[in-house]
Amino acid sequence: MAKNEKKYASMSGKRRAGNIATYILLVIISIIWLFPFYGIVMQSFRSYATEYGGMTPYIIPKSFSLDNYKFLFDTTQSNYLKWYGNTVLIAFITAFLQTAVVLCVSYALSRMRFKGRTLLMRFWLVLGMFPGFLTMICMYFLLKNMGLTQEGAIPGLILTYVASSGMGYYVVKGYFDTMPKALDEAARIDGASRAQIFFQMILPLSKPIIIYQLLTAFMAPWCDYVFASYIAFGHDASYNVAVGLTRWVWTNDYQGYFTRFCAGGVLVAIPVTILFMCLQKYYVEGVTGGAVKG
Amino acid sequence: MANASQTAKKKNPVAAFFSAIGADFREIGTTFAKGDAKTRMSYVVMGYGPIRRGQLVKGFSLLATEIFFIWYMINFGGGYLSKLGTLGTIETTKKGRKTIYGDNSFLILLYGLLTLCIIAAFIFVWRLNVRENLVEQTKLAQGRKLPTNKKVLASLLDENFDKTLLLLPMLGIFVFTVLPIIFMICVAFTNYDKTHQSPTHLFTWVGMENFKNLFSFGSNGFGSTFGAVLAWTLVWALLATFIDYFLGILVAMLINKKGIRFKKVWRTILVMTIAVPQFVSLLYISKMFATDGLVNEFLLAHHLISNAIPFWDNPTLAKVMIVLINIWVGIPYLMLIATGLLMNIPEDLYESARIDGANNRQMFFNITLPYIFFVTGPFLLTQFTGNLNNFNVIYLLTQGGPTSTKLSANAGHTDLLVTWLYKMTVNETNYKMAACIGIMVFIVTAVISLIVYNMLPSVKDEEGFQ
Repeated sequence: MAKNEKKYASMSGKRRAGNIATYILLVIISIIWLFPFYGIVMQSFRSYATEYGGMTPYIIPKSFSLDNYKFLFDTTQSNYLKWYGNTVLIAFITAFLQTAVVLCVSYALSRMRFKGRTLLMRFWLVLGMFPGFLTMICMYFLLKNMGLTQEGAIPGLILTYVASSGMGYYVVKGYFDTMPKALDEAARIDGASRAQIFFQMILPLSKPIIIYQLLTAFMAPWCDYVFASYIAFGHDASYNVAVGLTRWVWTNDYQGYFTRFCAGGVLVAIPVTILFMCLQKYYVEGVTGGAVKG
Repeated sequence: MANASQTAKKKNPVAAFFSAIGADFREIGTTFAKGDAKTRMSYVVMGYGPIRRGQLVKGFSLLATEIFFIWYMINFGGGYLSKLGTLGTIETTKKGRKTIYGDNSFLILLYGLLTLCIIAAFIFVWRLNVRENLVEQTKLAQGRKLPTNKKVLASLLDENFDKTLLLLPMLGIFVFTVLPIIFMICVAFTNYDKTHQSPTHLFTWVGMENFKNLFSFGSNGFGSTFGAVLAWTLVWALLATFIDYFLGILVAMLINKKGIRFKKVWRTILVMTIAVPQFVSLLYISKMFATDGLVNEFLLAHHLISNAIPFWDNPTLAKVMIVLINIWVGIPYLMLIATGLLMNIPEDLYESARIDGANNRQMFFNITLPYIFFVTGPFLLTQFTGNLNNFNVIYLLTQGGPTSTKLSANAGHTDLLVTWLYKMTVNETNYKMAACIGIMVFIVTAVISLIVYNMLPSVKDEEGFQ
């Protein structure tokens, strides 16, 4: 008895030591992961008027000021609000259109059997192996022909994001595949058409994956630098935040634009992060589902 | 005949393909021979038969297709198609102040290819037209009724719903992906670059010239640069994929360990990295490690170092930094995925292992890891190919730098094939070489995918863990 108790005590002692080590590790990991965000937020409060606006050897500003934010909101000094509006507009429209396209393609590929279905899927898989930037020049020219570059870059960008999005059907199709086929068959016996099954049965059952798709489609345009800068080339008012802020960092580093970039980045990150955190559950579901099925 | 084509299919896909084409031609012939006047007329005037038989919806759409096709070829396509062989011969010239525009090679190539695609599509529709006539004729001969026009339209929402759903997405993919890719593949065989920019200059076909250049190791060739960039691309993709993978699983196990509290908090902290747009976090981090950045300035101010550490200027250091920072980017994704998987591992596997006297480490290496590896095999492959083309991390951190005189065409030491391709397009406007590199990226991705896919345990042995 006594021997046994001793054994248990030593085991729980061992486990506690192990847990403390784990906690220490987790705290270190958290510090590393949060440090850049902490840095951005702190430096965004450093005024370029009273302190240096470039890079400094310290993080916490000597005096907190909102000068950088005032600069962003002053439309006479910067186009930031314009860029922000562009990005929000692009993100919203892209999210809805892209989700609609992906749902259509996924339903057709998952629930219907038609001639050339596997051929089509294989063809798209091969197409996906070409790097996206390869077609940049051609894309630019096509859009230019339609008047969708520079001044028209916003609809142009939406078109580029949406046009080929049908190829990204994997996760949603995987989700549709898990729904029992018997549902469809029962509905068809009751006289429902394919369209009715899609709109009245499958879609209401797919809320989690629709939210996942909306979320990923909404977040992608916030980060796009390559196509956005190429299509809006040289036309400041058509930039999105990624292009505008990246240009600040790369070209005007020493004139206080670094702290302004930090402030701009904070304003971009806050709504996106909040949205993401609220819908995290759906994101995790989609990502793990997609990964396991491959 | 059906039997013959079936046995051929088993033998050889090429033979099957040709026998299918042969059968197709035979069907076109017999349909004409056995066809009535309406069917025969439809061979020339598409949709004539269906219209006469009361199939107005199908008939008029076929007729409209033909009219559009003829109009397109006469007004637009025909001219471009005839110049496709040379890509234009008339130079743009200047007469005094006036510029007289000649041929535009870019347009000729693009619209020439488009015309070829439209011709192919037209032949396909024409074939549908023949088939439609055959079906209608046999049905009527058997005394059956043809579907009403209303039913034909309604079928687009029912048994033909797939066509309705796929029409727009496929059109989008054709115009914005398929056509541009064909175009760029063709550009790889032309001399389209800085000195041959349309519309002021013409470019033309040069055969395999660019590929020879890409693989030539002479002073003007791209061979050594291509080799260096390709090697780093592969090394980077391997490191980025596997380091992130194992560390991600480890972090997930730390968080999911029994007795650890605040699991949600730890997870949320890591997930912040996914939520914050990469251009914000990565640009900030890139500036943090710049020569005049936070880290160097801090260390200098406290006299911990006497010279700034060249994080981004030393090739080796820059590569190490990129891999390290990519861990920061990648672990949260893997943590999320691994968390879901860890919960799915059947508990009785551990139970029986414990009874057999296995310790934690043995259980990790003999149960956890094989299980996760088995389930995530295909995912690892997509991660790997994604990393081969991981533009954001590289470009936002270093823009491919540091550059070197040893590398040609402005390539830097940390350039991946894709970032090099991007620079080639945007900075160098060397489109022909960009196209070559793009094709090489495709070949590398396709070959690796094909080889690895067939090696995956979950493909070879689907029942493995079930």
